[in-house]
Amino acid sequence: MAFGSQQVGTTGGRLPTGGNERFGDIWYALRRNPITLFGLFIVLTVIILGALAPIIAPYGPTEKNFAYTSVPPGTEGFLLGTDQFGHDILSRLLYGARLDMLIAISAVATSLVIGSFFGAIAAYVGGAVDEVTMRAMDVMQAFPRFIFAMGVAYALGPGLFTVIVATATLNIPGYARLMRSEILALKTSQFARAAVAVGNPAWRVLFVHLLPNSLGPILVMSTLQCGWAILEAAGLSFIGLGVPVPTAEWGVMINMGLQDFLAGHWWSYTFPGLAIAITVLGFNLLGDGLEDILDPRRK
Amino acid sequence: MRLLRYTLRRLLLLIPVLLAALFVTFFLTRILPGNPLQRVISPYTSEERRAEMMREAYLDRPFYEQFLFYLRDLATGDMGTSYTTSQPVAKDLLERFPATLEVVFYAMVLAIVLGGLIGIVGALAKDTIPDHVGRIFAVLGVSLPVFWLGMMLLFVFFYEWRIAPAPMGRIPVAMSPPERLTGFFTIDALLTGEWEIFVAALRGLMLPVIAIAFTSLAPIARMTRSSMIDALESDYVRTATVLGLPRPLILFQHALKNAIVPVLTITAAVFGFSLGGQVLVEYVFSWPGLGLYAYNAILASDFPAIQGFILLATTVYVLIYLVVDVLSAMIDPRINY
Repeated sequence: MAFGSQQVGTTGGRLPTGGNERFGDIWYALRRNPITLFGLFIVLTVIILGALAPIIAPYGPTEKNFAYTSVPPGTEGFLLGTDQFGHDILSRLLYGARLDMLIAISAVATSLVIGSFFGAIAAYVGGAVDEVTMRAMDVMQAFPRFIFAMGVAYALGPGLFTVIVATATLNIPGYARLMRSEILALKTSQFARAAVAVGNPAWRVLFVHLLPNSLGPILVMSTLQCGWAILEAAGLSFIGLGVPVPTAEWGVMINMGLQDFLAGHWWSYTFPGLAIAITVLGFNLLGDGLEDILDPRRK
Repeated sequence: MRLLRYTLRRLLLLIPVLLAALFVTFFLTRILPGNPLQRVISPYTSEERRAEMMREAYLDRPFYEQFLFYLRDLATGDMGTSYTTSQPVAKDLLERFPATLEVVFYAMVLAIVLGGLIGIVGALAKDTIPDHVGRIFAVLGVSLPVFWLGMMLLFVFFYEWRIAPAPMGRIPVAMSPPERLTGFFTIDALLTGEWEIFVAALRGLMLPVIAIAFTSLAPIARMTRSSMIDALESDYVRTATVLGLPRPLILFQHALKNAIVPVLTITAAVFGFSLGGQVLVEYVFSWPGLGLYAYNAILASDFPAIQGFILLATTVYVLIYLVVDVLSAMIDPRINY
């Protein structure tokens, strides 16, 4: 262990390799890991179904069929039934896949860019900049997560943009922390010193040499965060602070289903909840699997 | 002694974090839409009376002055009066906090028992069928929207089978709450010997507790499993095995005790997270707790109520982490503080 520990201390246990080579490794490990592959399959399926929604959905996302209100699943023409307004549940699920994926991916991308930027700068510059940035992140994290999102969502008013901003804000500190620890570990590594020694400017060392090498953990975190983002966005819409009724969004559908509860029309809220559960499960399986694959100790 | 100094230093460090959180809350609430006094002012209130009310609530001042006034009142224990309930905020919070805490407490107990069991079985029978089943169960739980799980439980146990009570609060409306000793209805009912209320309170707790426990046990199970595996493969467990100590003693005395610190930390994180995420569960079950209070306060731009809630929530949050750090240092002498 004695001679190995030096390496662990300098590069966080990972040897720097080229980006392509590492993602090649991931694909190789993925193929031999059926559960992770299953997660990837779910995520891709939901994305494809969402993308094809306008083509494959039998009805429009907010199209009302007044002759068929609250019909149970299996009714001719309405595979998963309709809600009290005669909206076709299946069509809304498909359009919802489109919207929820859009929300999750844009929210995660936003917090990734902003959070990583602050984390990287804090770690690379150090000193007072580091201290101020990280204490600001502490304060953000001292708030109860969901309540914070509720406050942001209410201040901005209901809408798609609101949900994305509110969900993204929550995850900024997480990315900042992760990126900071990654950069701190990589900063003193051999290849980073070499890059400085041959005369690269600081920004180039940071963005060209250090950032690409910390992508593994960021990838894992982003996959898991997509699942959280869907849950949180749906939660906001569920209590009426997110996307407005009657948009075809899964949280909104469950919210509208509350009114069907006492009538016993279980299908109007059960199917959107299942859609959320399956999609989030996909992200979680994929994220957990990637974590195992990228963690060298578990190879 | 060193531990005491460490605890005191950490407590002092809390103050700037709480002040900053309060300042951010002040700033955020002041950009919320709507007039906060809307609900208190009737359409017949005269123009002068309105101005007077704004003045009394310091709402005509710039927001940093409002912040200083708030701090001054806070120093005397006054958190202001809620615009919606017209009660002192401190009283509101004190009434509602136990309702939230009771659900989350029982949910955490259930999550620790189930998650710990899944983790220990998973570690002992690594990569076997029980291990896989446990992991799938845990990851399934964390993938479910907690409010939807609540609705599904209600549909099955309340609507279909009529086993659970209606989602109308902690005990049936016709029943009067037990005498307040701890604020936990179950404990208060037991202490005062009110069997009927005890059973009713348990029945009310049943579904929200299951919903929260199932959706939050995954991190506990995962952490128990991985730190148990680390402990089982450690030198001291190997030594104990070679020395021929009985297996149960090795498992509980040597392995589990050493595996407990990371589990403790993650449990605290889950606990804090559940307290914040309670609002969705309380919304579904009409549970008169803090989450619903905060939700209503945000919708009504009830500044004092929001500020009071955030102050309480962040304090609890940060204190949980402090308690965990101190406990870990006490359990594991290797931890440097």
